[in-house]
Amino acid sequence: MSILDQPSSSSLSGGGVTRRQAWGLVGLLTAAIVAWLVFAVWPQWLNAILISKKAFVSAILNGLTLAGLYFLVASGFTLIFGLMRNINLAHGSLYLLGAYIGYEVTSRTGHWLLGVAAGFTVLAIIGVVMQVFVFRRLEGDDLRQTLVTIGISIVAADLMLAVWAGGTYQIATPEWLDGALTLPVITAVRSNGASVFLTYPLYRVVVLAAAIVIGVGLWLMLNKTRVGMMIRAGVDDRAMLSASGVNVHAVFAIVFGVGAGLAGFAGVVGGSALSVAPGEDVRYLLASLVVVIVGGMGSITGAAIGALLIGLAEQIGLVYFPTYGVVLTFVIMVVTLAVRPQGIMGKAR
Amino acid sequence: MSLATIADGVVPQQNWLDKIGAGHVILGTALLLYPLVGSDFFLTQIAGYSMIFGVLSLSLMLLAGYGGMLSLAQITVAGIAAYAVAILGSNNSNVLGFGWPWWIVVPFAVAAAAVSSALIGWISVRTEGIYTLMITLAIATATFYFAQQNYAIFNGHSGYAGIHAPVFWGIDWRDPKPFYYLCLGLAILSYAAVLYGSRSTFGMTLQAIRDNPRRMRALGYHVTAHKVFAWFLAGILAGLAGVLLVWFNGRVSPGTIGVDVAIDILIIAVIGGLRHPIGPFVGAIVVILMQTFAIDIVGAERFNTLIGLVFLAIVFVSPDGILGLWGRIKPHLAQESLRAGP
Repeated sequence: MSILDQPSSSSLSGGGVTRRQAWGLVGLLTAAIVAWLVFAVWPQWLNAILISKKAFVSAILNGLTLAGLYFLVASGFTLIFGLMRNINLAHGSLYLLGAYIGYEVTSRTGHWLLGVAAGFTVLAIIGVVMQVFVFRRLEGDDLRQTLVTIGISIVAADLMLAVWAGGTYQIATPEWLDGALTLPVITAVRSNGASVFLTYPLYRVVVLAAAIVIGVGLWLMLNKTRVGMMIRAGVDDRAMLSASGVNVHAVFAIVFGVGAGLAGFAGVVGGSALSVAPGEDVRYLLASLVVVIVGGMGSITGAAIGALLIGLAEQIGLVYFPTYGVVLTFVIMVVTLAVRPQGIMGKAR
Repeated sequence: MSLATIADGVVPQQNWLDKIGAGHVILGTALLLYPLVGSDFFLTQIAGYSMIFGVLSLSLMLLAGYGGMLSLAQITVAGIAAYAVAILGSNNSNVLGFGWPWWIVVPFAVAAAAVSSALIGWISVRTEGIYTLMITLAIATATFYFAQQNYAIFNGHSGYAGIHAPVFWGIDWRDPKPFYYLCLGLAILSYAAVLYGSRSTFGMTLQAIRDNPRRMRALGYHVTAHKVFAWFLAGILAGLAGVLLVWFNGRVSPGTIGVDVAIDILIIAVIGGLRHPIGPFVGAIVVILMQTFAIDIVGAERFNTLIGLVFLAIVFVSPDGILGLWGRIKPHLAQESLRAGP
């Protein structure tokens, strides 16, 4: 197919520029404009349109951080779906449980890193248990598996409400993560000629960095290791993988463990940046749903792209059209579905 | 010869009783006479409420059972009708409220619900099976958050209050008995409509599309159009239920269309069974009874745990819900009686 496509696409754009090169040019231009927007001192008219440079750059940075968080939650969701065709609607509950566990461990031991580790480990174990005792019994029945996850999420939400009540918690971050980072971004120039630099909370930068590291790690795991090879083979053809002598159930359990663990990890990290409260489970479930619908089910790269789009849209929407932020997210989803029903990076079914 | 005469004799004599079925007649009579014995609380809070949610779940059953499209957006559609009643009619929240008479408001509200349902359907039929569930859940959640944040149309967090059911023919239709009959009328009408529709050409086509969309497309049927029309019909049912719901509650707020309610509708339909239109009503009665009386058993706080566990048990034990359980027990009972006979 691709060999056949090549000449037609190049002849379409003409002048010897392939479609790929054209897109690359558009991407470069956009990057240049964004770089100019971020680093240059804004003229008055631009400030008038976009409120202020500080608001704009902060919205972008917040969007990136939120995208990192969304990516952490959605990557587990999309991994589980890709391999097992199982839409885990209890994924938001896993996130919230991870956050609560992180809060308990951090406040009792005083070590934030222990809380993060506990959030990941406990949820990974819960994920494996869920896979072994629940989903394995309903294998091949996607609808019932999904219904079961709904039941689990209801029970889990209610039990968490029973244990932790309706209050809002904040996980304390360690001192070495507190404070602000001064970024080399000039927001304004004072009348005496001194430049005002943008400051941004260090912790949020760390969240973004963690998301990137984990994203790269996941990509390496999927593409460079033997387990990753099995997972990818399972995504493409589950029966064939099983026939070639791989213990598919073990692969399923690993994926479910990693996916659930990532949700728990994101819970602790997100609970430190924002807050932990009942109802967050639905919020992050919606976020994962939209991210993977937009990005394409079963694709880690798709989850990253979707998370970037949704995170940025949400934060920019929050600054520029406060009450319609949700609608912006929604419009992105509908447009994606209309143009590419399988999502940006999804494979055609 | 004898066979022919029997057939000749039977067919013209198939009267209305045979057509409707004895079970339906008994059930209908019992429901019609129920207000003679039922208390006001049972008439509205249990029976009326169950029937409203039964119709809502019926709209889901129509989509899922006949169309193979599992939707979590039915309460959203009903909520659109409810909000339309509040906005076009009168409310005491001092926001909007055009004060139109009820007989203009209701058709408009139902039409709005049906059209938005068709739109939701049009978005989600691009995908299949389990994806529909995801997309409708995303739509339901997004609508909930939007209604909560938007003050110009939805009046934000507080929503609308002080919405009254109409008073005509000298009857206040929110009084227990009239309201019960109103709900019963809607329930019987929509039940009969779905039953009739499932045997109509359109219903048959829809079920064929559910079973094999590719073959139907190859045969020249417009698959998407049929599915979207099913969404439109389901929207009419959900919209009517939404109108009754807002008359029942007297108010509508984002909480009415929350994700938990959306999931409740799915639970009702699954607990009752998605194979037959009576399923949603059975499920609704079971869930509403549990909702009302579980407080005495487990306390109001842990109700969701109970219903979640019941739901899990049903999904594990009997995928076809209570109807499926009944279908499985019935042959056993029949065999028992056969064995006991001689």
